[in-house]
Amino acid sequence: MLSLNGLVAISVLYVAGLFAVAFLAEKRAAEGRARWLNSPIVYTLSLSIYTTAWTFYGAVGSAARSGLEFMTIYLGPTLVFIGWFWLLRKLVRIGRAQRITSIADMISSRYGKSGGLAALVTVLAVVGTTPYLALQLQSVTLSFSVFAQPGVFDELGNDATSVWVASGLALFTIIFGTRSLDVNERHPGLVSAIALEAIVKLAALVAVGLFVVWGVASGPSDILARIEASPISQWTSNGARWVGLTMLSAAAILCLPRMFQVLVVENADERHLATAAWAFPLYLLLMSLFVLPIAVVGLEMLPGSNPDLYVLTLPLAFDQDGLALLVFLGGFSSATSMVIIAALALSTMLSNHIIVPIWLRITVGDDPMTGDMRRVALMARRLSIAGVLALGLIYYRASGGTEALASIGLIAFLGVAQVLPALLGGIFWRGATRVGAGAGIATGFAIWAWVLLLPNAATSGLMQGLLAEGPFGIGWLRPATPLGLVGADPLLTAMVLSLGANMFIFTLMSLVTFPSPMERLQGAQFVNVFDHSAPALGWQAGAAAADDLLIMARRILGSGRAGRLFQDAARAQGRAASLPDPNPDFLKMLERELAGSVGAATAHAMVYQITGGATVSVRELLAVADETAQMMEYSSRLERQSQELTRSARRLREANQKLTELGEQKDAFLSQISHELRTPMTSIRAFSELLMSDAGLDAETRARFSGIINAESLRLTRLLDDLLDLSVLEHGRVTLNESSVSLAGVLDRAEHATGVMEAGGRIAILRDPGAEEITLWTDPDRLAQVFINLISNAQKYCDAAAPELRISVLRNGPRIDVEFTDNGSGIPPHQRRLIFEKFTRLETTRDAQGAGLGLAISREVMARLGGGLTYVPGQGGAAFRVRLPARALRAA
Amino acid sequence: MNRRLFLERRTYRRNRLQDAARLAPVLAGFLFFGPVFILTSETGVGGGTGGWLVYFLLIWAGLVVLSAALSAALGRAFPQDRAPGEAEGD
Repeated sequence: MLSLNGLVAISVLYVAGLFAVAFLAEKRAAEGRARWLNSPIVYTLSLSIYTTAWTFYGAVGSAARSGLEFMTIYLGPTLVFIGWFWLLRKLVRIGRAQRITSIADMISSRYGKSGGLAALVTVLAVVGTTPYLALQLQSVTLSFSVFAQPGVFDELGNDATSVWVASGLALFTIIFGTRSLDVNERHPGLVSAIALEAIVKLAALVAVGLFVVWGVASGPSDILARIEASPISQWTSNGARWVGLTMLSAAAILCLPRMFQVLVVENADERHLATAAWAFPLYLLLMSLFVLPIAVVGLEMLPGSNPDLYVLTLPLAFDQDGLALLVFLGGFSSATSMVIIAALALSTMLSNHIIVPIWLRITVGDDPMTGDMRRVALMARRLSIAGVLALGLIYYRASGGTEALASIGLIAFLGVAQVLPALLGGIFWRGATRVGAGAGIATGFAIWAWVLLLPNAATSGLMQGLLAEGPFGIGWLRPATPLGLVGADPLLTAMVLSLGANMFIFTLMSLVTFPSPMERLQGAQFVNVFDHSAPALGWQAGAAAADDLLIMARRILGSGRAGRLFQDAARAQGRAASLPDPNPDFLKMLERELAGSVGAATAHAMVYQITGGATVSVRELLAVADETAQMMEYSSRLERQSQELTRSARRLREANQKLTELGEQKDAFLSQISHELRTPMTSIRAFSELLMSDAGLDAETRARFSGIINAESLRLTRLLDDLLDLSVLEHGRVTLNESSVSLAGVLDRAEHATGVMEAGGRIAILRDPGAEEITLWTDPDRLAQVFINLISNAQKYCDAAAPELRISVLRNGPRIDVEFTDNGSGIPPHQRRLIFEKFTRLETTRDAQGAGLGLAISREVMARLGGGLTYVPGQGGAAFRVRLPARALRAA
Repeated sequence: MNRRLFLERRTYRRNRLQDAARLAPVLAGFLFFGPVFILTSETGVGGGTGGWLVYFLLIWAGLVVLSAALSAALGRAFPQDRAPGEAEGD
């Protein structure tokens, strides 16, 4: 017989061995040499945490009580794995594509990253898992007690045992589960230790089976004969329970947080699923192969003892200490591996969906991207692991008895199965909404907790009274007889009620509510995951990813800079001759470099497209779109500015050209005006000097000379008057003397003033007296001044052999235009813009009089009168249009 | 046989292979649940535990073999990095 101390020593050694394996695996994985870790067999073995101590020991107990029924909890998962192509493949693909970290994260991501939903699923998972943890602690303690006090199986062993076990497991999980906040939430060390434990427990069970079949009995046929003779020879399970339990366990393998962790989160390669599809059912088959034989032999050999411990007590009864030790380690393995992964999965959920969000709310305003946040998340995870195990321990101590805990396994299954409608609905039905999922889960959770969990957990007197009588004495609310159903199978009743209500409310609320845009996008991503994502690369992406990264970096950063970057990184990693290993540090550095060129979100998406095998999430897409929009806005702003600059430059060029021309004109004018001023001044001076010096001039000559002086000074005065007039007009200080006047009268006056009517007038005026019969309200002197100027210009500049000027009046509605068109050669195009400027005179061969102010003055006058003066090109000769003000006619 | 016909035939085989993979759980469900409907008669008398144990162990093993065969066939039909089902984009 093994001593208890010896057993403790062996347990400690075994755990130390697990530590060593986990540590080695972490080390190899970090070096990128853990090829065996990446094998489908390790993946399959890690799935074996489905078989906990409850099934390791309890399956035989169940078989001893109700025959073949124990098989249902193995057949359910088998069904799911046989159907991997339909469901698991999609689940794993989504998990990888969306970088899912837990089942709560999965549900929350599908329904628009809802924090509330994630917290709800987390609470559900914790409530559903805590009793299960208690069950594991109990089984370890119980198996210790078998060795401590052989024969007294139903008495609890040392209380300290459970505390020691819980603390040890917490330590192990913290060390290997929270080493880092990894990109992909994978834990190679843990997974390898779990795989080792899977082998130990299978070996233990098979060894006992072989011992029983060939050591105790004499072969398979003998076992079959013993079954016939046993109390469980007749299989009388009712069909509903058989189907119900199978479906329940099928749901559980999808929804249990720890199963989701190994199945989806720790999945390193999607193709491993194809192997697990047959290897995991095979594992389950081997686990259940000898259950019934052990039960039958136990019933026969050890009547009256606890059938839950036959696996352990049978070898002991036959003094097979070595075998018993192996079984003990198998049970120990089953319990520890379950606890480790469950604690890890729960801590991830608790930290991500409850603690960190609360922390962020408390410390609002701080930058969430600092390294500090990483530390908070890690600490949250560590505390969660300790907390979850403490909860399990407390539950175990509080519930106290084996009776209550024995049935907790299936109860826990049903609890976590409440997530199933939202999970399946989410990945197959785009119409599923967040409100529907939340309401469905909450309803199912509440019914399950009330009908199944509370009666199992309640110990206090108050609770008992409430449960026995129903709240407020309402009988149909009593958990024992929900809806007044008496004598029903409590598990099946609870299953139908909770899952039924859950599915109904989920569907109904999904149908009547409207999802947010984020939900709809995520829904499409989940349901059509195969359209959007490429199959994921292996976890050790290795050289292929580095190659792709280099190609991408070259495109963005340019060949030289990318090459230097990769060389430096490779040298820093100590692998100078090859490409750098795409580890998180390198990826972060590369992402930062790329972000400088293409924006942070785009860089992140590009790098992860290559290394993570993950599709770009909606949030990242939005960020990319944001950046793109910013860049587009920036570039369009630049474009606008450049267009504006071009326009300004053109305007400046035009202005410059005009200034140059004006400058030339002014220079020409200055020389002209100085000449104009000089000529009369010269004559005035010359003749006045003659008058002064020569006293002998006769009166006639004196009179002639005085006349010349007078005429020249008049000419000077006229020139100065013109300049003054223009200045007054330009500054708007002119006074208009408006009166009613006939257009024909004004034209007559102008014609007379220019002297063209007189004989010998060198230009013929052609008028249309009928059209001129218009009465105007205007300043007749000023209007006449304009007409005079136009007529005298025609006199001066018309270069035709027989010059003639046509004055026509055009009426167009309220508008009156008077056009002066001569038959000369007109004004050359390049001078048309300048003729209205001051001091402009046409470059003509004729010697022209005047200072070049006429048209400038006329134009100013017409502007003051409210009309206009324009040059009309293409009329044969020079043509000017005087537009009379509209009010001239109205006021008349 | 020209090449084109060969390709079509292969695609057709692939699709039927995927159908088989999807239908496998239906077969499994039928085999798992069938017996209880037969045995849950009015008399309530079940069958012999031993015999049914052998039945379940045998179909279980048969399903493992079937699943392994299907996985291997799918792996061959969609070699390298391409996961099954990619071609038709289901």
